[in-house]
Amino acid sequence: MALNAAAYAVTVFLLLPTLIIIPMSVGPERLLSFPPKGFSLRWYAEYFRDEDWIRATLFSAEAGIIAALCATTIGTMLALAIVRGRLPGKGLVELLVIGPVIVPHIALAVAMFLVFEQLRLTGSLLGFAMAHTVLALPFVVFTVLAALYRFDAELERAALSCGAGPVRAFCHVTLPLIAPGLVSAALFAFIISFDEAVVSFFISDLDRKTLPRKMFEDIDFNISPTLAAVATMLTALTIAALLLGYALKRGMERRARRTGP
Amino acid sequence: MGVPDGSQGHVALESLVKRFGPVNAVDRVTLEVGAGEFLALLGPSGSGKTTILMAIAGFEYPDEGRILIGGEDVTWAPPNRRNLGMVFQRYTLFPHMTVLENIAFPLKMRGVGRAEREQRARAALDTVRLGGMGERRPAQLSGGQQQRVAIARAIIYQPRVLLMDEPLSALDKNLREEMQLEIKHLQQRIGITVVFVTHDQTEALTMADRVAVLDRGCLQQVGAPRDLYEAPETVFVAGFIGETNFYEGRLDGFARAGEPVSVVLDGGGRMTATAAQSLAAGSRIKVALRPERLRVLPAGEGLGARVTEAIYAGNATTLMLEGEGGRRLRARIPAGAGLHEPRPGERVRLSWQPTDARAFAA
Repeated sequence: MALNAAAYAVTVFLLLPTLIIIPMSVGPERLLSFPPKGFSLRWYAEYFRDEDWIRATLFSAEAGIIAALCATTIGTMLALAIVRGRLPGKGLVELLVIGPVIVPHIALAVAMFLVFEQLRLTGSLLGFAMAHTVLALPFVVFTVLAALYRFDAELERAALSCGAGPVRAFCHVTLPLIAPGLVSAALFAFIISFDEAVVSFFISDLDRKTLPRKMFEDIDFNISPTLAAVATMLTALTIAALLLGYALKRGMERRARRTGP
Repeated sequence: MGVPDGSQGHVALESLVKRFGPVNAVDRVTLEVGAGEFLALLGPSGSGKTTILMAIAGFEYPDEGRILIGGEDVTWAPPNRRNLGMVFQRYTLFPHMTVLENIAFPLKMRGVGRAEREQRARAALDTVRLGGMGERRPAQLSGGQQQRVAIARAIIYQPRVLLMDEPLSALDKNLREEMQLEIKHLQQRIGITVVFVTHDQTEALTMADRVAVLDRGCLQQVGAPRDLYEAPETVFVAGFIGETNFYEGRLDGFARAGEPVSVVLDGGGRMTATAAQSLAAGSRIKVALRPERLRVLPAGEGLGARVTEAIYAGNATTLMLEGEGGRRLRARIPAGAGLHEPRPGERVRLSWQPTDARAFAA
C-alpha cells in the first residue's frame, strides 16, 4: 500500500510541471502568468495565425518523419546484426550503440555544429534528419532488440527450410512478427526528433529552425502565452503518439496471434 | 503426392566432424541413408545426433567431411537450396498465417501460382487428416494437430528427404504412439527418405528401418532394430538399447568376433559367452545378457543366485536377483508359459544359451 502511494506520488511529482503549463496557456493576459485570471484560447489562435510558428512546426515534422524512417531502418539492421549476425565484437557494438544516450547532448551538439558548419548542413533538412537519426538510433535499436529477443528464431529456420532465402524469410516471417516493435520504435524516434532542443539549438539558422528552437527564441524575445499553448500542444501530441503506438502495437499483436477466426 | 525420383533421396555423410570448442560434437561419422529409407539417429543428449541433422539441413557447417544428397555435394549449400523438408521439435508454424497459408508457404517460395498452391495445400491437409482446418490459426490447434500441419508443410513440395528433429517429444504418451505409426505410414505411402532424431529408443525401434546409435559424437552401430537389440556391437549399444545385465570378468584365452569364449567372473564362477568383437588374451571383459534370456530354474546347472524381489507386471514377472559376490541382476519370466516363478528369498540357478551372452572388451 505504502509502495503504491509512493509510486503515485512520484508520478504526480513528475507530471506537475507539465500540468501547470496547461492553465498558463489559457490565461487571457499578455504575459505568462500563473494562476490564470480567466479563460481564453486566443494564444492557441495566435499560434495558428503566426507563419513563423507554423513553418517551424512543419520543419520539425519533416525532420522528425525522415529521422524516424532512417533511424528505424538503420536501427533494425543494426539490431538484426547484433542478434543474428556473427559480428566480431558484438558486445562492443551493443555498448557503443548507447553512445548518443550517454554522451551529453551539449557535447554532441557542439561536435555536430562544427562538422555541419564545414559541410554547410546547418539549417538544412538533411542536417537535422541526420542529427536526429543519430540521437534516435539507440532507442530504436533497443526497442527492436527487445522485439527480436521475443521472436522465436526457429521460425526463421523453418522459413529457410521451406525454401525461402534469408531476405524472403525476413520479409515474410520475421518482419510481420516484429512489426509492432518497429512501429513503436518509429514513433519513439519521431518524438525524440520532434522534442529535441539542444542539438537543434546549435544547428538551426535564421530561416530554418525546429519548433523547440523557435520556442527558445520566443522566450527570449517575448514571453507570450503562445509559448505555453505550443508547449501544451506538444505535450498532447507526444502523449497521443505514445498512445497511438501502444494501440497499434496491441492491435497488430492481437492480429498476429489471433485466437478467434 | 508423387514418389520422388529414386536416387534423389539418397543421403551420404562422409567422415563428418563438427567441433564446438575443444569438444568433437560429431566425430568422423560416416553414414548412408538409402532412398526411401527411414533412419533414426538415436543417442543420449550430447551424442551429436541433432548436430548431424542440422548439418544435413544446412543450419550447421561441418569442420571436416562431406554431405551428399542425391549424389550431389551439399556440404556448403545454404539450407534453402537443399530442397529438404524439416520438422522441428517445437511446431514452428508461422503464427501470423492461417494453417493453409503455412502449408502453402514452401510453394509460394517456389513461385507456384495461387490457385495451384491452394489446391495442393488442401490436398496435403487431407493427407495429414486435418481437412477443414485450413482457415484456422496455428494457435487454435492442439499440439498433435500443429505437428501434423508442420509435417504437411514439410512434405508439400515433395522434397527428396524429410528431416525430423524429435518431432514428437512435446506430445503426451498416447498421442506420441499414435503419431509414430501415422508418420511411419505416411513415409511408406509417399516413399520419402526420413532422417529422424530421437533420444527415445522405443520410438527409434518402432519407426525406423535402420537405427544409427550415437554416443559422444561417435557412431556406435547402425543396423535394423532387431540387430541392435539382439546383436549389439559395443558395450554402449548393449547398455543403451533395452535392459541388460552386465557380468564383469577376465577372458580365458583370446577370441575373434563370433567365437565362443569362457569368462572367469569377478567374485567367482565362470560363464560361457560369444565374443561380440575381437578380444585379446586375458583382457577385462563385460558380458551383456538380456533379462528375458536368462533361464531361471530351482536347481541344476549354471550360476547360483538368490531372489530378492519378484515384481508381477501382468505379461511378465521381473525377478531382482543377487548373484555371487553381491552382483545384482534381473531376469524376466513371461507369463502363461508355465515356467517356474520363484518367490523372494528362494535360491535359484541361472543358465543361458552361449549365443545370447555377448562378451565385450571392458
